[in-house]
Parts: sequence; C-alpha cells; structure tokens
Amino acid sequence: MQWETVIGLEVHVQLATQSKIFSGASTAFGAEPNTQACAIDLGLPGVLPVLNEGAVAMAVQFGLAINAEIPETSLFERKNYFYPDLPKGYQTSQMAQPIVGKGEVEIVLDDDVRKRIRIHHAHLEEDAGKSLHEDFHGMSGIDLNRAGTPLLEIVSEPDMRSAKEAVAYIRAIHAIVTYLGISDGNMAEGSMRCDVNVSVRPKGQETLGTRAEIKNVNSFRFVERAIEFEVERQIELIEDGGKVVQETRLYDPDQDETRSMRTKEEANDYRYFPCPDLLPVMLDEAYIEHQRSTLPELPTEKRNRFETSLGLSTYDAGVLSSTRPMAEYFEAVLAVCGDAKQAANWVQGELSGHLNRENIDISNSPVTPEQLGGLISRVLDDTINGKAAKQVFAALWNNEGASADEIIDTRGLKQVTDTGAIEAMIDQVIADSPVQVAQYREADPEKRGKMIGYFVGQVMKASRGTANPQQVNGLLKQKLDEA
Amino acid sequence: MHHMTLTELAKGLKAGDFSSRELTTSLLDRIERLDGDINSFITVTRDQALSAADAADQARAKGDSRALAGLPLAIKDIFCTQGIRTSCGSKMLDNFQAPYNATVVEKLEAAGMISLGKTNMDEFAMGSSNESSFYGPVKNPWDRTAVPGGSSGGSAAAIAAGLAPAALGTDTGGSIRQPAAFCGITGLKPTYGRVSRYGMIAFASSLDQGGPMARSAEDCAHLLGAIAGHDLRDSTSVARVVPDYLAELDAPLDGLKIGLPKEYFGNGLDAEVESAIREAIRVYESLGAKVCEVSLPHTHLAVPAYYVIAPAEASSNLSRYDGVRFGHRCENPVDLEDLYKRTRAEGFGDEVKRRILIGTHTLSEGFFDAYYRKAQQVRRLIRQDFVDAFEEVDVLMGPAAPTPAFDLGAKKDPVSMYLQDIYTIAINLAGIPGISVPAGFAGKRPIGLQILGQHFAESQLLNVAHQFQQATDWHRRHPTDQETT
Repeated sequence: MQWETVIGLEVHVQLATQSKIFSGASTAFGAEPNTQACAIDLGLPGVLPVLNEGAVAMAVQFGLAINAEIPETSLFERKNYFYPDLPKGYQTSQMAQPIVGKGEVEIVLDDDVRKRIRIHHAHLEEDAGKSLHEDFHGMSGIDLNRAGTPLLEIVSEPDMRSAKEAVAYIRAIHAIVTYLGISDGNMAEGSMRCDVNVSVRPKGQETLGTRAEIKNVNSFRFVERAIEFEVERQIELIEDGGKVVQETRLYDPDQDETRSMRTKEEANDYRYFPCPDLLPVMLDEAYIEHQRSTLPELPTEKRNRFETSLGLSTYDAGVLSSTRPMAEYFEAVLAVCGDAKQAANWVQGELSGHLNRENIDISNSPVTPEQLGGLISRVLDDTINGKAAKQVFAALWNNEGASADEIIDTRGLKQVTDTGAIEAMIDQVIADSPVQVAQYREADPEKRGKMIGYFVGQVMKASRGTANPQQVNGLLKQKLDEA
Repeated sequence: MHHMTLTELAKGLKAGDFSSRELTTSLLDRIERLDGDINSFITVTRDQALSAADAADQARAKGDSRALAGLPLAIKDIFCTQGIRTSCGSKMLDNFQAPYNATVVEKLEAAGMISLGKTNMDEFAMGSSNESSFYGPVKNPWDRTAVPGGSSGGSAAAIAAGLAPAALGTDTGGSIRQPAAFCGITGLKPTYGRVSRYGMIAFASSLDQGGPMARSAEDCAHLLGAIAGHDLRDSTSVARVVPDYLAELDAPLDGLKIGLPKEYFGNGLDAEVESAIREAIRVYESLGAKVCEVSLPHTHLAVPAYYVIAPAEASSNLSRYDGVRFGHRCENPVDLEDLYKRTRAEGFGDEVKRRILIGTHTLSEGFFDAYYRKAQQVRRLIRQDFVDAFEEVDVLMGPAAPTPAFDLGAKKDPVSMYLQDIYTIAINLAGIPGISVPAGFAGKRPIGLQILGQHFAESQLLNVAHQFQQATDWHRRHPTDQETT
C-alpha cells in the first residue's frame, strides 16, 4: 500500500523582548537559576500581570509578515494544570481569540518547487520554568528564570507531506522571525521549539489518520529524524494490523526514536477561561498600520529580488536570503564591489567555508563585508589574480591587514601584466629547463597542451604568483612553439 | 478616644490633645486587653506601629499637616505587607511573609497612616460569618454570641470594639458591607477598578475590590481618597481622576431620587430589618429626597451566577498554593502527587475546598457552556438591570443583609450561608459601588442600610450616607467593653 504522511506543526518562538510578557524581570539567557524571576513570575499571592506591549507589537509584526488577519480584539485565557515549574498553576495563553488569525507561509523545496503552508493562527503565551531532574539526589530542581518569557505559538494547518517539507517550513518560520528581529531564533537555547503532529493515511484517502504529537523537538535535524521515525513506526504498526492511538510522544535524539509520554485518556482538562486579571487586547487600524510600516524586506521578497533584479540563480538567492545576517552581509559586500555574482560566489565560497570550518556565525565574521567587497573589487579590476585573492582573503581572516589594498601593497601581490617582465621570466625558465623544452618540442601538438602546465607553474612560481596567468600562457606558447 | 472618628482624632492630634504615640499605645493596649475574646486581629504589629507613631509625631512637630498622618488603622490580612505575615486567614499562608506591600498599603503609608496589625477574616475571603478562618471565629462586639459577618469580620469587629478607628476590607460579594452592617459601622465597596488590587490576595479577580471601613461616611471619604486611583501594576484598575471625596459631602439631598428595588424587600427579609430600613428611608424623605419603587428583575439569578463565577476564578487563583515555592507544605511527600494532595488537603479549610471543587467542575470540559458561559450572560443582564434602574433614580437603597447578625455556629448549611449575600452579591457582579451605614438595631444587633450608586458615583454615595449620618446617630453608638480575663 502507498502511504501519505500528513504533518502539522506548532512552533513556539521565544520573542526577543527585554523583559517578560507579564513582568519587568529580564529575559536574558544563561543567568544563575532563579535570579531572573520576580514576585510575579513566582506567582506569589497578590501579584498581578501587566502585558508587555513589546510582545504584542512583535506578534502583530509576525501576523503582517504572513499576511494574516489581525483581529481587532484578542483575549488572554488561563490554561490550568499543576506542574512544579508552572508557578501559578495555570499558563496565561490565548485560545478562543488569538492575536494573529489565518495566514500563510511560502516554502521552497529542493527542486525549487514552491508550496504554501496555511497558518491556522498564532497566539501569545508565557513560557513555564524548567524542571531539572539530574544532580539533585532523587529530588527535582526548579529554575524559574524562563517562567514568563513571551512565546508566540505558531500553529500550522496539516499541510506538510514529508519531513523535508516540515523542515523547509520551520526554516521559513525561522527566517521570518529573525528577519523581523522578533526572535534570535537560537534553537540550541530553546528560542524555537516545535511540537510535531504526524499521521499517515493510505494515498488517496481524504480523512486524516490518527495523529501522534511529538513534543518539544528543538533542532531542524531532530524534526526531520523524529518525523521519519514516527512515520515508519505508524506505517509498520498499521501494516501489522495495529492502530495508531492519539498520544503525546517524546523524541529521544540519543536513541533516535519517539516514545509515548501520555495517551489522550491521560490528557489534562485545561479548563480554559478568560483571564480576569488582563483586559482584552484591542488593536485599531492605525496601530496595525504603524506596525506594518516597521516591517523590513522579508525573506521571500528578498529571494525574489535577488533572483530577478540581481540575476542570481534560484539556489544562490535562496541561500543568501536564508537568514537576515547572511542577506545583510551579502548586500553590504555587493554595495562595495557592485558585482552580484562575484559577491555571491565569495560569500558562499571562501567566506562560508572559513565560517563553517571554525563554526563562526556570519554576524561575527572576522572579515567584514567592506573588506570582502574591497577584495572583490581588486579582482574585478585585475589588480590581483584569483590565486593572490585567496592569499589576501586568508590574511584578512587572520587580521593581518586592515584592507585588501594594504595587504596587496605590503606583500607585493599586485598582478604583473608588463609583457617585458613576463617575457624575461619565461626566457629564464626556458633556459633553465632544456630537457623539458626538448621533450615539449618533440611532442605531438595535441599533447603539448598538457605539457605546457609545467612551464606555467615555473613562471608563476618565479613571479611569486603575481604574473597574469592568461598572459603567461599565451607568451609561453609563442616562445616554445617558435623553434 | 477609642470611639472617635478619624476626623475627630485628626483634630485631637492637631490640637495636641494627644500624640500619635499615645493614641497608638492606648489602642494597642486595648487590643491586648479586649481582643482575646473578640479575636479580631491575627497579627498585631506593636513595635512597627509605635515606631511609625513616633515618626508621625516628629513629622507633625515639623509641620506635617496631612489629613491622615499619624492616624492608626487595621488592615485585613488579605493585603500583602512587607515583612509581616499575610495569612489570608488560612493555614496555607500561616508562614507567609510577602516581600512587597500591596499598593493600598503603600498608599496608606505614604499618607502617613499607622498600621496596628492584620485583621481576621474568612479563609481566602470565602465566607459571610468569619467562621471559616484558620485563626478561629471573630465574635461580634455587640453580642458575643453573634457572628461579626464576613469575610472582613475582623476589620468590622475591631472598629466596633474600639480597637481601631478604621480598617481596610475587601468585598467580593458583600464582604465589606455585610460585616459593616452586622457590626454597626460604615463600609464602602468602591466601583470595580477604582482601587488597585495589586498585593491583595485574589479570591475572585473580576469581583474583588478593596475599600474602607470606618465609623462614618466622612472617614470613608478620607480613606477612599487615599487608596483610590490607577495603578500601573493592576491592568484592571481604571485610569480616571480621583475626585476630592470630601467636596460633595455637605451637598443637600433636595430632590434626590431614591429607588427601592422591590426584589430587596421580598420574602426572607427579617421584619425588624425591614422596619429599620423603611424608617431610614423616611429620614431621607424628611431631607427632601423622593422615593419610588424600582425593579431589578434578574436579582434572583445573582446568587447562582455568583456561585459559578466566583468559585471558577477562585479554583484557578488558588492553584498556586501547591507547596512548591511558599506557604504550607506537607511533611515528607513521597512524590509530586502526594505533595500536591496532602499540602492542599492540610492547608485549605472545608469552605475553600468546597469552592475549589465547584469552580473546577464548572470550568470542566462539557460543563463550561452550561455554567460559566451562562453565568457570564446572567452577569450582563444583572449589570443591565442596574444601568436601567439608574436611568430613573439617582441611588438605590435597601437592606445590606436579610437579617441582623446571626448566632455563631447557626448556619451549618453552606447554601443558607450563601443566601446571606443575596442583597450584596449583584453589586459585585455589576461592578457598581455600594455603602452600608448603620440604621438601627434588632435587640443588641445592628442593622445596616445599603446605598448603591452608578459606576464611579462614590462621591454621591458618600454624600448621601453622610447626610443620613448628620440626621441620625446610629453610627455614633458603640458596644460596652467586656473584659474577658
């Protein structure tokens, strides 16, 4: 039987506000446990929440970025359940009237197929704290630093049909939120976490199969692996005559498998009801238009512009627009050198190679876009050849000079194009290599093409790489073929 | 001195008849002498009170002339006070000290007032008799066999017994007005949103409102002026100018239109209470007011709607008492579930548990629409009843409670206790202000007249109450001291 996979995602994005969604405590990552939780985050008796307007603005910006409806009124509700890292015994969230309504996100698949994924809604909520079960001698530690951190939960329709599509979707969300600057998108620090709903059904069947929800997957790779494992598990189960049960599962990256956490029967009744401590959020047209005016160029628009007005390939446009720092870097290089293709090649080639090797983010690149743009300019105007350019790049990377020009100067890497000077070097090489010259001259003209490489190498070496290779090639040919 | 109003005490301080320290000491001594039996205080903060009194005396010597400076009061133990236990009348919080002051506590301190301590109350403000307190019931100073009302019973009893000239209370369904009526004092529940709830331990957030309890409407006006106002820490507090509540106290009542809701004079109303209220209305007529009957047709739905909404909010508000971070925690829990179950079983009393169960049930999947949503619809109808009535009249009047104070231990059945609030609950559902003023006695036990106004009409309510108190002396009466030792 042919199976079809159906995937829907709930992506929790941590918003980049300075303070928490309902208190003034800091949201900075990595502080000592329980040093960033104030009376409100601790849920002490008598305290009250006050909504952080920054979180509202960020949610609205996201909504506008996915062309979603922004309802005039949205409402905070309480989701009631007991857990030690949930200080109030309820999570303040949104249910019936979320801040962002229906929208859509475009994803690009490997073969450049584009697909629209519908967003059901996105809502604001507060994060819980963290329970730590190790290092406490059979007890649990609670860290409430994260409690009250603003989250935007983005809920998709079940529109994805493969793990690849799911990953492309998360990448698209990641790109949007980082472009907007509403999240740092740091998955390792938990700034983006996904709940993945997976079901399978026989190809052609309309009704959805029973789904399992895989909770809290926190990397692109794990999302892909978790889905692949889960799809296989469900298909095997059904083919063996079993039934998928609706349940919450956990992905264990060490075992590369999903495991059951709780079934529907064990699920909580969250007893949602409107939070009486918070007023409804009312947004008027002027506010929404103001937020719209702050939106930057978004990833899809950028990719399209890179392709159509800069003439980049779809692939290059996709890579260079994938994150805002990447795109900004590329555009800054382009602004200096003026050649989009060269800028694209250098950013994706030499620069990305170095960055990846040393695991450095492009926003912390030791080579600035101005430096790289200056280097490319010197290649474009033939001041240096490609080989020297790599040396210059390495020198810039190692901070051995302030600019390409300075390095070219101090190291004498300026390309030699003076025919006389090149001829002199060629004559010397010919004089020093009588055996090779004789072999060359005896060889068939078809074989000479390969043999000339030796002489080119010798001349380039003699010039310490500065001779113009095309010139060297032409002149050598003339001289060797003369006799 | 022990039965003087704040206004009179302020004059005495200003005239140098006595100092803040003398006043405070004498009240603290009375508390020590008399409160063993009345039990109106949970915590008395003698040292803090005396040093605050000394500071006030020094400030006065240097020219501090603020109206409330150096005057003592008591604070219901539902308001968080930094470094001083805030128990909310519950074993759950017997060991709890808040690291912050409630906004109203801050404001009263800023006005120069001196806290004598924290007053007894029904556990988490759930009750109408003060019998659900972990710290034992409060006795009514007028008749020690009677309840003082609740939930602000400690505050009301302390004022009646001459232990404090004024107090802070809170009112979720009548918890200021009914004990004020039972103890023969004046108590005002302001409009919802008029007074900040920050630092006031939540029972039912959409209904809770703090307010003043004192010996006169004039004193309530002073106190309300000090505690009212928008608070950036409470989103439900209203950004609206706080008027000078004293400014209109003396306005004549000529032509005032008083409505008597016929539903407040029906079955179940005690005959002595009714005759005292009718007599009070005649006083108003003599002051030039016009009286007519009005109808609040959804009155009979107020108690049922309230007992869905209030427990629903309470069930959620009280989830934080889980033994994890503060408050009572059971001994040696074997696992998380054991920790939750035993902590809450031990820490909460029966009435609190009952309301958590009711609230949890009414919010449950499958019951939400039938209970919570329906109750909210009813709430809107009740609010509309009042809006409609105020199209015709300026204020509404009726009894604050259907009977005078009942005997301690008399109401075993929770529903009969809930019906105590039949005339007060709708006011919280509608969010309007209400005041109870002393209007007579049934035997030894006081009777309270309730006056209701439109949203933010506190000035008018205080004026109407004050004029009554200019014409009568019910509010000047006080019980005789009964030493217990």
